Amino acid sequence: MSAIENVSRRRFLTGGIIAAGALVLGARYYHKLSSGDKLPHDTNADHATLHPSVYLGIDPDGTVWIVAGRSEMGTTSRTTLPLIVADELDADWKRVKIEQAIGDKRYGDQNTDGSHSIRSFYSAMREAGATARLMLIQAAAQQWGVPAAECETDLHVVVHRSTNRRAGYGELANAAAKLPVPPKTALKLKPKSAWRYVGKGQVSYDLEALVTGKAIYGMDARVDGMVYASIEHPPVLGGKVKSYDDKEPLKVAGVSQIIPIDPFQQAPAFQPLGGIAVIADNTWAAFQGRKKLNVTWDNGPNEGYNSDVYKNELRATSHNPCKVVRNIGDADAAFAKGGKVYEADYYVPLLAHASMEPMVALAEFKDGKATIWAPTQNPQGAQDTVAKELGIAKEDVICHVTLLGGGFGRKSKPDYVAEAAVLSKKVGRPVKVVWTREDDIKFDYYNAVASMYMKAALGANGKPTAWLQRSVFPPIPSIFDVNAVYGDPAHLQQGWTDIPYDLPNLRIENGPAKAHVRIGWLRSVANIYHAFGIQCFTDELAHAAGRDPVDYLLDLIGEPRSIDFKGVEYPNYGASMDEYPWETGRLRRVTQMVAEKSGWGKRKHGKGAGIGIAAHKSFLTYVATVVEVEVNDQGVVRIPRVDTVLDAGLVVNPEATRAQFEGAAVFGTSVVRTGEITATKGVIDQSNFQDYPVARINEVPAQTNVYIVDSDAPPAGVGEPGVPPFVAAFCNAIFAATGKRVRDLPITKLGLS
Amino acid sequence: MIQLKVNDAEQSFTGEPEMPLLWYLRDVLGLTGSKFGCGVGLCGACTVHVNGQATRSCVTTMSSVAGKEVTTIEGLESNGLHPVQKAWMQINVPQCGYCQVGQVMQAVALLNSKKKPADHEIDEAMSGNICRCGTYQRIRAAIKAAAGETI
Repeated sequence: MSAIENVSRRRFLTGGIIAAGALVLGARYYHKLSSGDKLPHDTNADHATLHPSVYLGIDPDGTVWIVAGRSEMGTTSRTTLPLIVADELDADWKRVKIEQAIGDKRYGDQNTDGSHSIRSFYSAMREAGATARLMLIQAAAQQWGVPAAECETDLHVVVHRSTNRRAGYGELANAAAKLPVPPKTALKLKPKSAWRYVGKGQVSYDLEALVTGKAIYGMDARVDGMVYASIEHPPVLGGKVKSYDDKEPLKVAGVSQIIPIDPFQQAPAFQPLGGIAVIADNTWAAFQGRKKLNVTWDNGPNEGYNSDVYKNELRATSHNPCKVVRNIGDADAAFAKGGKVYEADYYVPLLAHASMEPMVALAEFKDGKATIWAPTQNPQGAQDTVAKELGIAKEDVICHVTLLGGGFGRKSKPDYVAEAAVLSKKVGRPVKVVWTREDDIKFDYYNAVASMYMKAALGANGKPTAWLQRSVFPPIPSIFDVNAVYGDPAHLQQGWTDIPYDLPNLRIENGPAKAHVRIGWLRSVANIYHAFGIQCFTDELAHAAGRDPVDYLLDLIGEPRSIDFKGVEYPNYGASMDEYPWETGRLRRVTQMVAEKSGWGKRKHGKGAGIGIAAHKSFLTYVATVVEVEVNDQGVVRIPRVDTVLDAGLVVNPEATRAQFEGAAVFGTSVVRTGEITATKGVIDQSNFQDYPVARINEVPAQTNVYIVDSDAPPAGVGEPGVPPFVAAFCNAIFAATGKRVRDLPITKLGLS
Repeated sequence: MIQLKVNDAEQSFTGEPEMPLLWYLRDVLGLTGSKFGCGVGLCGACTVHVNGQATRSCVTTMSSVAGKEVTTIEGLESNGLHPVQKAWMQINVPQCGYCQVGQVMQAVALLNSKKKPADHEIDEAMSGNICRCGTYQRIRAAIKAAAGETI
């Protein structure tokens, strides 16, 4: 696992001042880092003797190289995708070496977001493994003069049982390489009964490196001759520099240059924000120099943005008719008939990602080409952005992907990568841009603030006879088009247009909201606020109707059926509706299972204690969660237990999946307890963990139990789907425990903490 | 000139005495195991041991470590893995892993001072170390495993 190959060719991490122990630790993540190399794109897999796929190569010593095309930010996809290849190849996992791909379209979509790494690459990984296995079998059959059909594989060996002959993959590699690569139609995929790894899982390939400090993140990237940069960004989005001091910062020991960066041209997209960069020979000196810049700004039109006023505007918009995005029956006519009508406003503020590793990137511009080392979720996007900023071809941007110290969607936006590239061109040396935590919190692409208006009329049995829901939020497309104000189908689908209830009269609307900060994808994205609105309103109605929340939820979900999206623009997360229909029966099942696992209705809860439930499908995965809380007289909330059941179809790596859902409960805890970004005169009010707290060990669920439904359905997402139902179930539990209804997040608004 | 020991090796530093230890370790010595997370001692990603005490290296100046012994993750165990690291692997704690070096260093310090910490003692000792991926449940379990308790 820790083997280092061809180290002598690399100059990465070989700076003279570096302690010897650190020299080669990162080498296996990077192949051929010298910009003088002719073929910066190739991998060890490319050079392996048998190389039937861009993802795979086998050497005569039996080493299997597998290329991880997608980024590793903690979901273990860098391990799990190669595991699928290894399984279909029938390879010994101990003889597998994983290489991280650079950004290159030959690996397909590398933007590691949207919880679809396994879903989108499951077949490609299987085919890569099956192709090599078939070629090895054919090579052995040829050597032995037996029909290939009589040969099989057994953990890195091809076997002909009747003559008791065996040949290792390594010894067959040369012969196999001479054979034509078989077409897809010739491949025979292993039956489920023969799977070695899929469904059983494996710990991270990098596990030991992660606990020993040897893992290389973007923050740890180093090359000879590099300098460090820290950038003072415009405090208001779209602001420009009026003046700054270019003398005092240079008096700081270690500071060498002060360099302005142009403001972006509308819309911001992934362009640098602009500002003033301080270049120094160490990170701290760059930070110190920045404090002396004394910049004055022309803040521009977003100076008028105040988040409290904006909140009222969103709410006002949601109280009037908006754009209809889905309609069933006639909700207005049904409301007009009277009955008990309930209304509620729900609100979720802007949220910041706060990955533990702040934005950071290292770039070297030399001879008209750029080489990047960055913790990016989106290396091809980084290539595009850098190429555009530097005016060079995309092919002349080499983007190496380091490990990511968390991503959560922030690192699919390569603005910080572009900054490093732009500065390297100006400085003429490799430049490493390091954002402070304050930069990270203040210059994020925030999860959208959202206001949701909910209205329902209840019939005799407490079931809604009419249902109206309006959401208003500044949409993500606003970063690409300043005039974009309505939710786009890709985000309206996230728990809004796909409300899974069997309702006779339903109208779903979306209202306009102009963005004043950069809006972006954050783990679970629009599902967070949409699930909060729908699942908490459902709980309100259950209590209003005097019904048990689980029974009521099941009643609303109704009988098992596939939801018909006729007349609705429903992208289904890019998956086909045939392969991934919206099956309410699966949502029912996880709901019933979580009720049973959590002992719903069977356990007694004392004063100040209670449980809540929510069910939500996102990223094609069905999840139901029960949260138990205890609230003391001071309003301090404890979470003794969480139970969550998920149906993600085929789960390749159950251990990693459980970890994702444990983590989702913690991420959701931060959303509910303290998640809030606000702005005054266009400037973000928060700056670091003292005013944007995220959950600590003493604040999170004491125990999260994760149950995975055994399913043969095609694989779905696991990184994101845990957050939305947790958030809603947590808030419903707080109501059960205290009688306080959470409609505005975070719960500090209710005096809880 | 400031003299100190880092992972048992004598070092002398002639730069700014106000420079935080973290940046000396990372940018000058190239010991990148200790991470930058917040710069103000709020997240614990930069945790190292100074004379055996868990210390936030991002807010510890070089002048304050003169004559002291600094241990980073790189020097935690000279021979293979520390029992805490083994427990971290056994419980499969890390997700992205960025904070885990700090978590391990904090946990080692805790177990050095308390052989079998109770749950509330674990929470108290570890509450300065943020994990945004949310591996806390496993951190608790790993500390107990390292303390020789059955999980």
